[in-house]
Amino acid sequence: MLIAFFADIHANRQAFEACLAAARARGAERLVLLGDYVGYGADPDWTVTTVMDLVERGALAILGNHDNAVSNHSEQLNVEAQIAMEWTRCQLDVSQRRFLADLPLTANDDERLYVHASAARPQRWAYITDAADAAESFAASSARLICCGHIHRPALYSISSTAKLSSFVPTPGVAVPLLPGRRWLAVLGSVGQPRDGNPAAAYALLDTAKSEITYCRAPYDIETAANQIRKAGLPPRLAERLNQGR
Amino acid sequence: MAKPLLRPGAVLDGFHIDALMHAGGMATLWRVSRPDSPLPMLMKVPKFAEGEDPAAIVSFEMEQMILPRLSGVHVPKFIAMGDFEAQPYIVMEYIPGDTLYRRLPKLPLPYDEITDIGARIATALDELHRQHVVHLDIKPSNIKFRPSGEAVLIDYGLAHHDQLPDLMQAEFRLPYGTAPYMAPEQLLGNRGDPRSDLFALGVLLYFFSTGVRPFGESETLRGMRRRLWRDPCPPRKLRPDYPPWLQEIVLRCLEVQPAWRYPRASQLAFDLAHPRAVKLTARSERLRRDPYTSVLRRRFNTDALQPTVRPALSTRLASAPIILAAIDLDQNSTDLNEELRLTTARMLTTLPSARLACLNVLKQSLIAIDTTLDTEGHNKHIDRLVALRHWAEPLKLDDRLTIHVVEATDPAAAILNFVRLNRIDHIVVGARQTSLMRSLLGSVSAKVAAEAPCTVTVVRPARHDESEEEKTTAPEEQRAE
Repeated sequence: MLIAFFADIHANRQAFEACLAAARARGAERLVLLGDYVGYGADPDWTVTTVMDLVERGALAILGNHDNAVSNHSEQLNVEAQIAMEWTRCQLDVSQRRFLADLPLTANDDERLYVHASAARPQRWAYITDAADAAESFAASSARLICCGHIHRPALYSISSTAKLSSFVPTPGVAVPLLPGRRWLAVLGSVGQPRDGNPAAAYALLDTAKSEITYCRAPYDIETAANQIRKAGLPPRLAERLNQGR
Repeated sequence: MAKPLLRPGAVLDGFHIDALMHAGGMATLWRVSRPDSPLPMLMKVPKFAEGEDPAAIVSFEMEQMILPRLSGVHVPKFIAMGDFEAQPYIVMEYIPGDTLYRRLPKLPLPYDEITDIGARIATALDELHRQHVVHLDIKPSNIKFRPSGEAVLIDYGLAHHDQLPDLMQAEFRLPYGTAPYMAPEQLLGNRGDPRSDLFALGVLLYFFSTGVRPFGESETLRGMRRRLWRDPCPPRKLRPDYPPWLQEIVLRCLEVQPAWRYPRASQLAFDLAHPRAVKLTARSERLRRDPYTSVLRRRFNTDALQPTVRPALSTRLASAPIILAAIDLDQNSTDLNEELRLTTARMLTTLPSARLACLNVLKQSLIAIDTTLDTEGHNKHIDRLVALRHWAEPLKLDDRLTIHVVEATDPAAAILNFVRLNRIDHIVVGARQTSLMRSLLGSVSAKVAAEAPCTVTVVRPARHDESEEEKTTAPEEQRAE
C-alpha cells in the first residue's frame, strides 16, 4: 500500500492542493496528516474543512501544537505565530474548532506510530533536531517506524539492534529502503512553510510492500499564498519566508 | 521457527544450495541455483553470531541497500534478498573466473597489460560513480572480468551511496577499508569522495606495475597515516624502463590532495587508453622521493586535507566532463571552425575540470588504395595533428587537451565509435556549410546527433542572407526558419 504523509500544512491552501494532487497522481491510497493544519497561513477555513472531509473518507489525522492552540490559550507560541493564531481563531466556526480539539495526540497504525513532534511526551511538542533527540523518541516507542513533523526540515533517523543511531537528510524523489534490521524515524518536511531552504511544498510517500520511503517536493503557487497572507493583514514576514523556504 | 540449515543440497526460498565457495570474516558465500534460471548465482550470508564483528551486520545492510539499486555490466546483477528475521542473505549473479588477486604471484605485469586492465577498471568506476556510489574498497580481490572484457566491481559492503543513509559512517569512528589501498581522506573519515576510488586504483596500478605496494602493508592507523605526508618511491626508480607517461598517471592517482588527482574516473580511463596523449609534468620525471624538509612540512600541516565543501556526487561528475570537438579540416570551413571554437570555449569557461578531445576523421576511400602520403609527399596524419593543435591553441588548454586523428571510410560512424569507447559526455560538431555538399555526402552532424549516446551541440555559423538557389535545394531548412 502507498501511504502519503503530510505535516505542517499551516493553512497554506495552494501548497496543500499541490501536494494532494501530486500524491494522488503517484498512486497514494491512504492519507496520513501529521498535525498543524492551521497557523501562519491565510486559509484556515478551507484547510480545516478539507482535512475534516479527508478524515471522513478514511484519512488519519493527529493533533499539532498550533491546532491545540486554537482552543487552548495556554499554548506557548512565538510572536508572529501568536498574531496569526489570534486571527485564525476568528476564522474557524464551532464545529471546526471542536474537530481540532478532538484530534488524538498520537495514532498507531500497524507497526507505525504517528505523532506531531517527539514521541517522548508528545504533548510537550519537543523538536527533533538531531540523533540524540531521535534516540528519545526511539526509547519512548517500540514502533518500527515513527513518523512526525513539527521542525519543518526533512530528516531520516535509524537505530540499529545494537542501539547505534544514523541520521540522514533525504534527497527529494529518491526512495530510501527502510531496512528490516533496524527501527526508523521519519521527520517530514512542511507542506505549508518549508524551512530547509527549498521553497517547494514537502510531503512523503511510504510503500509498505517494498518498505521504502520517498521524500517528495511539489512546486506550488507561492505568489498567491503569500499575497493571501498579506491581504489578511498577517505579519509580512510570514509571506516573505515562503519564497525563501526558510 | 528453526533457522533453515545452510548446507549443500538444502533448498532455501527456492534456491538450491550447491557448494560453499568462501568463508570469510564477515560473510560466507555459497554457489546456488534456481531451476527456472540459467544464471549462475551466489548467495552471501552474513555472520551475525554473538561476538562477531558488528561491522559484519552493518556492511551487510549497506550491501542490501546499494546492490539492488545498481545496474549495468560492471556490477553483479542483484537477484533476491532473504527475510531478515528468518535467514538474511543476498543472492546475486555469480561472475565466473578469478579475481585480480590471483595475478599477485605474477607481478609485475607488462605495461600494456596494466594500462588495459587499468582502463577497464576506471571505466567501471566511472559507471559506478554515475550511479551515485563510491566503492571505497577497490583492491585486486574485489575486481573480476566478464568474458566480454568489462571489469566487474564486487562487494559493496563498505560502499557509500550519495542518496542513501550511510550506516557505516554513523556506526564507526574508525575508518573501514583495506589498509594498503585506503585513500588519505578515507583515513580521515571522509567517505563521500569518488576520487578515493581513483587513489585505490592508483595503488593497484603501482603495485601491478612494480610488484611493490606504494605504502607498504601496515595495518596500524599510525602506519597507514604515513601516506598523508610521505610520498611513495617513484616507480621509475624501481624499474628503469618504466614509461614516464605511466608514472605520470599513477602518481597523479596517488596525490594526497583529492583535487590534484583526476577529477573523474572517465578522464583517467581516457589517459590510460591514449598513453601518447598524456601530458607529462614534473611527476613523470621524478626519480627520488621528496626530501625530508618537504615531508616534515607536510607532516605538521595535515589540516590542509580536511574537506571544505562536499558537493553532491552528481554535481562533481557533471563538472568534469570529457567534451569532444569533431573538427572537419577537409573543406573550406574557416567560419565554421571559428564558430566551433567559440562554442567550445564558452563550455570550457564554465567547467574548469572538463577536458577537451579534438578529433578529425581522415576519410579513406572505399575503392582506391590510400597511402599515408599526399600528392606533395607530406604525411597526411601528421598534417592533421598539426592543424588540430593549431585550431585548439587559442583555447589555451594545456594538459586538458588531447588531439586525435582516426582513419575511416564513414566519418559519422568513426566519431560515434570514438564517443562510445572513450565515454565522451558532450559532442560539439559542425554542420556542413553548403546544402550541395550535404546532399552529396550525407550529413555527418545529423547522424551523430541522432545516434550519439550523449548530448550533441551542432554548430552552424549564422547565415541570414541565404541565396535563392540554396533555398530551393534545401526545403527542410526553409521550414525550419
